Amino acid sequence: MEKIMSLNEPKLSTAGQESLPPLSIGLWRHRNVLDLDDFSPEEITLVFEIANGMVEVLAREVKKVPTLRGKTIATLFYEPSTRTRASFELAAKYLGADTVSLDAARSSVAKGESLIDSLRTLQALEVDTIVIRHPCSGAPYIAVRHLQTSIINAGDGCHAHPSQGLLDLYTIKRQLGDLKGRKVVIIGDIMHSRVARSNIWGMRSTGLHVVLCAPTTLIPQGMPEMLDKCGLDHVTIEHNLDRALEGSDVIMPLRLQKERQQSGFISSIREYIRLYQVNSERLKKARADAIVMHPGPMNEGVEISHDVAYSSSSLIEQQVTNGVAIRMALLYLVAGVKNQ
Amino acid sequence: MISKSILIKNARIIDPSQGIDEKMDILIEDGLIKSSGANLKAPAAVIIQADGLVACPGFIDLHCHLREPGFEEKETIASGAAAAIRGGYTTVCCMPNTNPPLDNAATVDFVRKTAASQAPLITVLPVGCITKGRAGKELTDMSELADAGCAGFSDDGSPVSNSQLMLLAMRCAAGLEIPIIDHCEDLDLSRGGHLHDGWVAARLGIKGIPAAAEETMVARDIALAEMTGAILHLTHISTRGSVDIIRSARARGLKISADVTPHHLTLTEERIIASPAEPDVPLIYDTNAKVNPPLRTAADIEALIQGINDKTITSVSTDHAPHASEDKLCEFELAAFGISGFETAFAALMTLVHSGKIKLNTLIALLTCGPASVLQHEYGITGTLKAGSRADVALLDISREWTLDEANMLSQGKNTPFKGQQFKGMVAGTIHAGEIAYIDKSVRISK
Repeated sequence: MEKIMSLNEPKLSTAGQESLPPLSIGLWRHRNVLDLDDFSPEEITLVFEIANGMVEVLAREVKKVPTLRGKTIATLFYEPSTRTRASFELAAKYLGADTVSLDAARSSVAKGESLIDSLRTLQALEVDTIVIRHPCSGAPYIAVRHLQTSIINAGDGCHAHPSQGLLDLYTIKRQLGDLKGRKVVIIGDIMHSRVARSNIWGMRSTGLHVVLCAPTTLIPQGMPEMLDKCGLDHVTIEHNLDRALEGSDVIMPLRLQKERQQSGFISSIREYIRLYQVNSERLKKARADAIVMHPGPMNEGVEISHDVAYSSSSLIEQQVTNGVAIRMALLYLVAGVKNQ
Repeated sequence: MISKSILIKNARIIDPSQGIDEKMDILIEDGLIKSSGANLKAPAAVIIQADGLVACPGFIDLHCHLREPGFEEKETIASGAAAAIRGGYTTVCCMPNTNPPLDNAATVDFVRKTAASQAPLITVLPVGCITKGRAGKELTDMSELADAGCAGFSDDGSPVSNSQLMLLAMRCAAGLEIPIIDHCEDLDLSRGGHLHDGWVAARLGIKGIPAAAEETMVARDIALAEMTGAILHLTHISTRGSVDIIRSARARGLKISADVTPHHLTLTEERIIASPAEPDVPLIYDTNAKVNPPLRTAADIEALIQGINDKTITSVSTDHAPHASEDKLCEFELAAFGISGFETAFAALMTLVHSGKIKLNTLIALLTCGPASVLQHEYGITGTLKAGSRADVALLDISREWTLDEANMLSQGKNTPFKGQQFKGMVAGTIHAGEIAYIDKSVRISK
C-alpha cells in the first residue's frame, strides 16, 4: 500500500530550515490523509512534533518558509467553508507552496462533471496535493481509488474531518499535558458531526475518556454497536448534559444547524438551549480548570453562551491558530516528503 | 438451436413440485415435457448427456428490471434476457419503473412485443403499475393491464404510501385474481437513507434506512390483504422482523407469500466498507453494494434462512437492477441503488447449500415452484417438469468452480458486489419451451 518513508529521504529545501524539527519521518506512511482511524499514536505524535515547529514559524515576524517551494496545493471545496479553506491555504502559503482554489458548488456536479473527472483534471494539471471538502461522506475515499495525487480530506459529509480532529487533540495536549484519565465531553449533533467522529478516532489510545452528549434523536441508531465493533471503548454516550459535565476537563459543544429543528431532530431551539447549551451555570459542573473548545463556526447563544465563548477557559481562538500549524505539518508530511 | 425433441440423459432430476429427486432421463417433444423415467429412447432426438448435472424446472424470477423502454443505457430487454437465460431463468417478471412506466396497455404491449421479437427464448411477464405514473395518487386501469398481460401489480421502488389507495388497489387485484407484488418501504422512515441503519451507517456518517421502514409496511400490507383477500406477494424481504410478521400471517392461512434476494441472503451491511476482492482498501464505500432494501445484518440473514427452512419464504427473486457505470462510479450518497443479479443468483445461493444452511432441493423450490405458485392463476404451467407442462428446464453443474469476471457478463449492468468472487456451482444450460436457449460448452450434446 502506502510506502514507508525512509530516514534517508532527500532533504527538503533548506533555507530557513533551522526552525523545522528533525525528520523522524520514518514513521510516516500516509500518501493521503483521509481520517484518523488509521493513524498510530506515534504518527499523531510525529504530526504534533512537526506542528510545534510550525507554531514557532507562525510566531515569527516573517512567517514564510520555503519548505514547499515549487509545490502546488489545490483546494477543491464542494461545500462552503471559510475557516478550513483559509487555514489550509494559509498553511500552504506559509510553507512557500503555490495554491489554487476551485469552487465546485454541488450544483456543478449535478450539471455534469463527475467528482472523479474533476480530480483527474487536477491531477493532469500536475498539482501535488489536493485538499478536498465534499458534502458526501466517503467522497475522498472514492477519489483515492482513481488517483495517484495525494489527497487530504478537509471534511467529507458527516464522516470525517481529520485535520480538525488533530488540531483539537493538539490543543488539548498543549493545554493539559498528560491526558491520562482526563474527560472530554462532546456535545450536540453527534449524528451529523464529522468533527465528533474524527475526534473519537484521534483520542483513541491517548488515555482520554470521551463522552458523547446529545439528544436521543441526534445519536445514530448504530452508534453503540459501532463503538463496540470498532473497539472504541474510551467513548461513552450520555444524554444528560449535567451528568456528562461532571468532573470533565474538556468541553466541546458542536454547532447546531438550524435545519435540524425543521427536520424534527429537536423540538425547538429554545428547548435545545434549555437542555444542551454550555453556559457559565452549567460549567460549574465541570472541573474548575476545564477548558472550552468549539470547532466553529459558533452559534453564540445556542450551543454556547457568549460569556463562555469568550471566557478565560475558552481555547477557541487557539484552536484556529493551532489549526494552521497542524495543517502546515500535514502538508509538509504529505507534499514535502517524496514518496520513493 | 431449434429441435422438435430433446432427450436429457442421466441427469439428477430435481423437481420439488413433484417431490422428485432421482437420476433419470427427460424427454421433451414439441415444446412440452413428454415424459421422464429411466432409459428413455428417442431415436430422432437431440441428446444431452447430463451425467453429473442436475436438471430442474427453469427458474422463475418474480422481480427484475429490464429497463426498456426509457433506460436502454442500463439494460435492454434483449441484454437482460440474455443475462437471465445465462442465469437459468425461463420466466422473468419485469417491474414497471420504466420511462414511460407500465401503467397503460400500450406500454405493456410494447414490452411484450419487444420481448417476443428480441428475446424469444425466455418468457417475459410484465408487472403493471398500481398507480398512474407510479405517483401514488390514482389507480391505473388494472383490468385493462390484466388483459394486456400483466402478471402482477406493483409500484416497486415508489410504494403506495396512501393506505386507503392501497386498500382499493388490493380490492381490484383480488377481483382480478392477480397478485400485488409489493416493495415494502415507509418512505418517511427511509428518506435520505443509503444503507442499513446500523453500525456501518454510524461509522460512515451516512443516514441509514431502518428495518422498521420495511416492517411497518409489511404489517400494513398484510392487514389490507386480510381485509380484501388479495393475493399479496412481498418482495425482497430483508429483515428479521418482516419474517416474523409474515410467518404469523401465513399461520393464519392468508394468501401471502414472500421472496428474498440472493444478496440479502449472503451479504451484510459490512460489505459496503470491506470487499473480499480488494482486502487492502480500508473503507471501500462500495457503491456496488448499495441496494434497496439495504444489505442488513448477520442476524437478519439468519432469520431469512430460518424463514426459508420453515417455508415462511417460498421464493427467491433477483431484483436484477442493472445500471450504467456512471450511476455507480460516484459518491456513495449519489450512487443509484441496485445490483445486477441474474448471472450470479444461482451461484451465490449455492454458497448457502455448500455451507449446509439450506438444502439443494429447497433452493431449487425457491427458484421454481415457489415463484410459480404466486403466478399460478394465470401461468400455472411453469415451475414443474410434470408431463404436459411447458418444457422449461435448467441444467446445473453444482460443483463447477468459477470466478466472476465482469467482462464476461451478458447484462449491460456490471454493478455487482460479487465481482472477482469465486463460486462453486453454475448454470450449465437453459431450455425454454423445448428450445435450447443456452448451453455451456462443457455439456456434451449428440444427435
